[in-house]
Amino acid sequence: MGWNLIRLYAVAVYIFMFAPVAVVLLLAFNSSQFGGFPIEGFSLQWFEKLYENEAIVRAFKTSFVLGIGTAILATTIGILASLALVRYRFPGKAWITTFLISPVLVPETVLAVGLLLFLRWLSMPRSFALLLIGHTIIALPFVVLVVQARLVGIRKDYEEAALSLGANPLQTFFQITLPLLMPAVFAGALFAFTISFDNITATIFWRPAGSETVPTQIFGMLRNSVSPEINALGFVMIVITVGVPLMAGGLARYFTRKKR
Amino acid sequence: MSALRSKAMRPWWLLSPALVTITLLVVVPMSLILIYSFYINIDLGVDRPAFSFENWSELFTDSYYHVAIWKTFRLSVIVTVLAALLGYIPAYFIANTTYKHKWLLLLLLILPFWVSFIIRTLSWIHIMGNQGAINGMLLWLGVIDEPLQMMFNEFAVIVGFIHVFLPYMILNVYVSLEGVDRNLVPAARTLGCSPWQAFREVTLPLSLPGLAAGSLLVFVLTAGSYVTPLILGGPNDFLYGNLIYDAILSELNWPMGATLSFTLLVLLGLVVVLYSRIMGMNQLYKAFG
Repeated sequence: MGWNLIRLYAVAVYIFMFAPVAVVLLLAFNSSQFGGFPIEGFSLQWFEKLYENEAIVRAFKTSFVLGIGTAILATTIGILASLALVRYRFPGKAWITTFLISPVLVPETVLAVGLLLFLRWLSMPRSFALLLIGHTIIALPFVVLVVQARLVGIRKDYEEAALSLGANPLQTFFQITLPLLMPAVFAGALFAFTISFDNITATIFWRPAGSETVPTQIFGMLRNSVSPEINALGFVMIVITVGVPLMAGGLARYFTRKKR
Repeated sequence: MSALRSKAMRPWWLLSPALVTITLLVVVPMSLILIYSFYINIDLGVDRPAFSFENWSELFTDSYYHVAIWKTFRLSVIVTVLAALLGYIPAYFIANTTYKHKWLLLLLLILPFWVSFIIRTLSWIHIMGNQGAINGMLLWLGVIDEPLQMMFNEFAVIVGFIHVFLPYMILNVYVSLEGVDRNLVPAARTLGCSPWQAFREVTLPLSLPGLAAGSLLVFVLTAGSYVTPLILGGPNDFLYGNLIYDAILSELNWPMGATLSFTLLVLLGLVVVLYSRIMGMNQLYKAFG
């Protein structure tokens, strides 16, 4: 009896989490001129409108370049730091870990204002570089957490074997460590990309005049009601941020199974 | 000797990019916020370096700011408590289910993190708005003649926050429930506990670290937000973060924006310090493993 109630409750919470998103996905195909209910018919016209809307296409390009740049920067810095934290013993390690993770607990609004003041102090205008650097700081602690968790699972024996067989440290890194690290690199990069692609809180502060990312573009388009174009845009965004990691995860599973 | 030293230096070389990045782009800017809070605002976007307590005394005396702080605190507490109540049972279910596709339940829990925050937030307009699912259904059933006003008020803001932050809560509680020794509850039962007693005396206390970590995250994330009230709230539903947004982006009053930001940092910092004194920081990292 009790267990059935718990199950019912859990299912209800899952519905609470997914129903609103499902509604957006559904309404993206509604032929009605209005973004909401009722559903009048099936249509792909809003996707077409999306593609013809130059501002949206530009926002997509900005978001993509920004996301990929953030992924490269945050993952490179994060992997190096995680290697040090997992592979070496040194004094003050706990402190360093806390220091590297601490930006997570700084509200994004405050991070945003801080970086803007820094720029102002240097008398520099807002630029794409500010967005890139800012997103990298926001993503970095998460990358460190995720990559660290993956690294713990990789044994050190292979590297030691390579070293004892005469490889130099650089060779060992590129031929042994890096291939073993690839899943961690990939997980970190994907995470960083999603964080950047989705960010709005800090991006509103940092974006240069006239420049929009997809989330700030959507934010600008919202006027008490949701236009059907926003639904279509939501559909595309969800397909990218959910579909890509799911496919990557599925492929990774498929290949590891095949190898065995 | 030098070989030994270079080996000892290696972790520091690996760490240096991260340490430099965070020091230069987080620590230095935070100090600048404090310095700027003493500057004097002259006009739109124009300020003068000074050592003045003008902004701070405005913050301490003007009730407008106190109301915003109180509102933010109240709303964050409501969201945190509701998220804990809503999130605990699903976490308990996932941890204890014998369903063979448990991975699917976990995947569904991670999935919302990948769905755009702004889409998840605005999706509530489709549910509770005038042309939303609930009103559409009730109108169609003939229960009401006119759409119910459910949007653009505090309730909608609370729902939006819970919807977005609930996965953090469930994940954290799940991680700590998963760590509870499976033999403890049967042991309590053989010793004469009722199922409810066993839960209250064994499972609940052991899952408190996860519940606390989840609550901290939800509280801090809610208290630092400003976008959700802009999308789902009415004109009176502003949070402390909205004051910062207004000061920096509308009024271009940088010194006041800096004062407000530094205060938010300190207030939420106190919450985090209080938490880490009681719970330690390790639990917070676990959910990411």
